Amino acid sequence: MTRPVIEVRDLQKIYGEGEATVHALAGVSLVVERGDYVAIMGSSGSGKSTLMNILGALDVPTHGTYHLDGVDVSKLGDRQLALARNRLIGFIFQSFNLIPRTTAVANVELPLAYAGVKPRERRRRALAALSVVGLDDRAKHEPNQLSGGQQQRVAVARALVTEPALLLADEPTGNLDSRSTEDVLNVFDDLSAAGRTIVIITHEDEVGARAKRLVRLVDGRIVQDTRQSPLNQRPVGAFAGRHTA
Amino acid sequence: MSFREVVRFALRGLSANKLRSALTMLGILIGVASVILLVAVGNGSAKAVSDRIEALGTNTITVMSTNRGGSSNTSLTTEIADALTDPTMAPDVASVSPVVSSSATITYEGTDHDVSTFVGTTTDWFKASNTPVGEGAGFSADDVAQGRRVVVIGETVAEELFPGVDPIDKQVTVSGALFTVVGVLAEKSSTGNQDSNDTAIAPLNAVRQVLSGYGALSSILVEAKDPDKVDLVQSEVSTILDQRLTTTASSTSSNSTPYRIQNASQLLETQTATADTFTTLLGAVAAISLLVGGIGITNIMLVTVTERTREIGIRKALGAPRRVILNQFLIEATLLSVIGGALGVAAALIGSNFEIVGVRPVIVPSSVGLALGVSIAIGLFFGGLPASRAARLRPIDALRYE
Repeated sequence: MTRPVIEVRDLQKIYGEGEATVHALAGVSLVVERGDYVAIMGSSGSGKSTLMNILGALDVPTHGTYHLDGVDVSKLGDRQLALARNRLIGFIFQSFNLIPRTTAVANVELPLAYAGVKPRERRRRALAALSVVGLDDRAKHEPNQLSGGQQQRVAVARALVTEPALLLADEPTGNLDSRSTEDVLNVFDDLSAAGRTIVIITHEDEVGARAKRLVRLVDGRIVQDTRQSPLNQRPVGAFAGRHTA
Repeated sequence: MSFREVVRFALRGLSANKLRSALTMLGILIGVASVILLVAVGNGSAKAVSDRIEALGTNTITVMSTNRGGSSNTSLTTEIADALTDPTMAPDVASVSPVVSSSATITYEGTDHDVSTFVGTTTDWFKASNTPVGEGAGFSADDVAQGRRVVVIGETVAEELFPGVDPIDKQVTVSGALFTVVGVLAEKSSTGNQDSNDTAIAPLNAVRQVLSGYGALSSILVEAKDPDKVDLVQSEVSTILDQRLTTTASSTSSNSTPYRIQNASQLLETQTATADTFTTLLGAVAAISLLVGGIGITNIMLVTVTERTREIGIRKALGAPRRVILNQFLIEATLLSVIGGALGVAAALIGSNFEIVGVRPVIVPSSVGLALGVSIAIGLFFGGLPASRAARLRPIDALRYE
């Protein structure tokens, strides 16, 4: 078996000092295998955003280890963290976070630019990623000319384009109407079926139900970890779970 | 991530806010243009001064008496002037021209004209004082010896008295005496308030007879054989003068000599030094405006960084290293100052074609290089603070920023 994409051991994150300390994460251990599709759910204040920041190499844990694709991220410096974010992780944010006044294709190219890919190759791969999310005809549009769902699909394309080990989505459907949510989730299903490793942070049951595995977080601890469909199959939600939630 | 890529990002950042970028550039533009232009004005006025002095002839010295109308043994006389031509004591003297000058009114057919300097001298004076005759001829040595009443008039005088008429061989009246105009001086570049073309030159004795009388000379113009020997001539002349003009060790003007020697090249040095100080002062004032422009860049870049905090967060999340962010904002700031600086140079070059406060500016090439260099340095320096602030932002904080 190949090494797991995410291997987290006793992760703790403590904010503040003395009396005012807050244990945002109180010892989380989690292993995510390659090709898995995990939804991390929890109410606000459950520590899921903190977990997302650490999994995304945007923040470092106070205690515990985090191996991302075999690399010990918790020990990296600023420069290597930037490199890890660029090569190993594809981010999808709740508020899309596309660069304004920049075309869709240029947005998708951005991580490749930071990775040092040549412009011609970059353009080719960016267009390929856009066609995966079904937006190849919108390549020259700027974010304010696109609908929310389209913007989020551009963001997915941007996350895909570097072929990262992990796709990390933070409330990807939080700002979308149900129709656009459906579009984006279908893209995730396709990506999962194509063997991508996906971690979604969400508080929507509908989104959680479609993942292969559901992890519930309460007060910085994992309270539930359910496998909803086998690792090597198309996620169950793609067919049946669509109307259950 | 290639350098060109970063420059392209920076250009896109600048063009996103065109008016703001343009106004910031304007600050640098004005700074650079004023440095170059004011230094050029200073340089131009220095050049004008040195031209004026060179027009007097740099290979001459002028001897003047310090006590006018004093005792006769300390005033300049024609005998003293003759003594200066002594080939043994003053071997480097080329010519000596005694000069008397006064103001006079010239009349021609009822038209009066007041000449500010009516000069009586010898033929050598024309060459020594760098005052060539344009039309007609100067007077001859014979004219001087005979004290003939002939006169060479300046351009202004000719225009005033003889509008549309050839002044040569016309008779003019000066203090009741008739003078024949034999020539007109070539036009001299007029400098300062005094019109150097408002003059008339006549033989020494004629002027003494008619105007000034046979008193002391106004000055003696001594020409050196070579411009390098001016200082030598000055010491030779002072030796002779010290012998001739015996100062009666009096109480009045105790140690000072009864004469004064004006050395054109010394004058030139003094004037140049003064003009250099002037230029430096102008440059310093202009440099302050360049500094203010630089602070404008810092201000705008700080605003830009705050405005684009979220964008910085996105870029960092996508894997932009700290250095790339730093470079992007540094280059944005530097582009502002470089483009502003280049436009400033262009503005200064255009502006230097016009006369400013009566001075024709002369661009100093090094000031162009310096102003451009300083504006680049200003971009790097004043852009550094906002750029490093952008680079130091933590990605999660930046992403959370609304």
